[in-house]
Amino acid sequence: MSTIETPLLIPNRSARAAGVTAFRALLGRDMHVLVRNLREFLPRTLLQPLLLVFVFAYVFPKIGQGIGGSGAAETSFSTMLVAGVVGLAVLFQGIQSVALPLVTEFGVTREIEDRVLAPLPIDFVAIEKISSGALQSLFSAIIVFPIAYFVPATPVDLNFHWLILLTLTPLACVMCGALGLMFGTVFNPRTLPMLFGVVVLPITFLGCIYYPWAALAPIKWLQIAVLLNPLVYVTEGFRAALTNSPTMSLWAIYPMLIGLTVLFTFIGLRNFRKRVIA
Amino acid sequence: MTLRTNNEEVIVTEQLTKVYPGDILAVDGLDLSVHRGEIFGLLGPNGAGKSTTAGMLTTRVLPTSGRAIVGGVDVVAHPAQAKRLIGVVPQSNTLDRALTVYENLYFHGRFFGMSAKQSKVESLRLLDQFRLSERAKAPVLALSGGMAQRLMVARAVMHRPSILFLDEPTAGLDPQSRIALWEILSELHSEGQTILLTTHYMEEADQLCHRLAIIDHGRMLALDTPERLKASVGADTIVTISTDTADREGFAARLRSSIPGATGAVPIETGVRLEVQGSHGVLPAVVAVADEAGVAISDLRLDEPSLETVFINLTGKDLRE
Repeated sequence: MSTIETPLLIPNRSARAAGVTAFRALLGRDMHVLVRNLREFLPRTLLQPLLLVFVFAYVFPKIGQGIGGSGAAETSFSTMLVAGVVGLAVLFQGIQSVALPLVTEFGVTREIEDRVLAPLPIDFVAIEKISSGALQSLFSAIIVFPIAYFVPATPVDLNFHWLILLTLTPLACVMCGALGLMFGTVFNPRTLPMLFGVVVLPITFLGCIYYPWAALAPIKWLQIAVLLNPLVYVTEGFRAALTNSPTMSLWAIYPMLIGLTVLFTFIGLRNFRKRVIA
Repeated sequence: MTLRTNNEEVIVTEQLTKVYPGDILAVDGLDLSVHRGEIFGLLGPNGAGKSTTAGMLTTRVLPTSGRAIVGGVDVVAHPAQAKRLIGVVPQSNTLDRALTVYENLYFHGRFFGMSAKQSKVESLRLLDQFRLSERAKAPVLALSGGMAQRLMVARAVMHRPSILFLDEPTAGLDPQSRIALWEILSELHSEGQTILLTTHYMEEADQLCHRLAIIDHGRMLALDTPERLKASVGADTIVTISTDTADREGFAARLRSSIPGATGAVPIETGVRLEVQGSHGVLPAVVAVADEAGVAISDLRLDEPSLETVFINLTGKDLRE
């Protein structure tokens, strides 16, 4: 594609270069808003994991109502909960930073109509949403981790597997961003309560946050059913990256995370196109 | 590949057609050509296909068939390229609620490839030009309808588009804001900005537009300057006669044959509308004909032909319906 005669003020460059610039600027806008709204972002991101860790790994052991027995078992529960809490934070951020704004931009403010006029192909407007969500998910994983590490009353026994941590974290974040895009294009302001009540709730309760996947073996049907839950691969992945506990095979975790990312991106892009182009 | 159009033509459409699902024909074979530097209007009632046409030209609506070239770029084949050449003011407020007034402009400049410094300078200049400087740091939700509209126009022209699109720009604005917007558009025009606007307000089309396409049911019924469109009526005076007589058809026929210079007379809901070339002595003549026919007149009004007259002659219906 040759360059076109662009009007004054706009650099005369190829469509691809203009698109890359626009993409970066859209991300810049999102990060600007994130930093500006840090006072809202932080409590929204921190409160849920804080309460979770506080009740399960601080209050329960203190009042002698420990989950998973006492002594060594309690240590392993706190350790196990770290991966669950970080995974949950990543998933929640993907939904809160992509799906919720999108539902509003589509359904209430129509802001999306202006965003799709930015000089780049509309697929990349949607992909920017995934990228922005992934960055925010990463950010929340980083700030939630210390809570899961320091708050528990019983010791947390972590073993870092850096190769896994450094590859799995970005993958999990991108998958959650893509999930956010898909949810954001499927739900509308009227059906939004359904997202939390009917979709997010089972995802979190059955996302292997409070127990490792292998521990579900006595309930075979449930162990198989939760394989449909994208959060399972995130929490099990973090467990493999942060602890020496037995987890689901990495040969299942990585392909599933990649596969789900592709699937959610595909559905998200298709819906996005349908909703912005008549 | 990029398509070259006549230098003077900023928009060209060929048989542009849009059929929505359910066989709804919104735009039917539209051929348009908009020249550089003009204010071009698409005038028609709600549902005529104006917004769909604007949507197709701004990459938001995919044509079912036909072609649309904007600034030399085929909008269907190269939408991302076309978007660099257009500025759009949509019907609803699409300002970025998460940003301030100033930031709405600043980030728009950045999306379009301006450097941080350049975008800052341009944003401040536009805030000044559009009398929004005092609200620079305000959240956009705090703006009145008129101010939000001005900010959307400022944002749309910030990257100096080849063509500025405005979809029903004054719908829902109070009269002062409407006049303020007309002034802004005239100012932009004097700087050489090509503008395409859709409207269903005849005064707006008449006042602002150099050329107008009158559209109904997705088809173009006429295309010319407002003056020539009005001249095409073939009369210089429109007499609206209010009467409650039952036989308005008969009264209209009688007026047409008896009034000197009458070029047409049609029954309307409230009476009869008479078109006359040469208005001298027409009122006494109308009264005389009414007396003769035993028709009681409750009101008489003389107007110059308006775009409304043109529209009624073309479609047989009132634009306001």
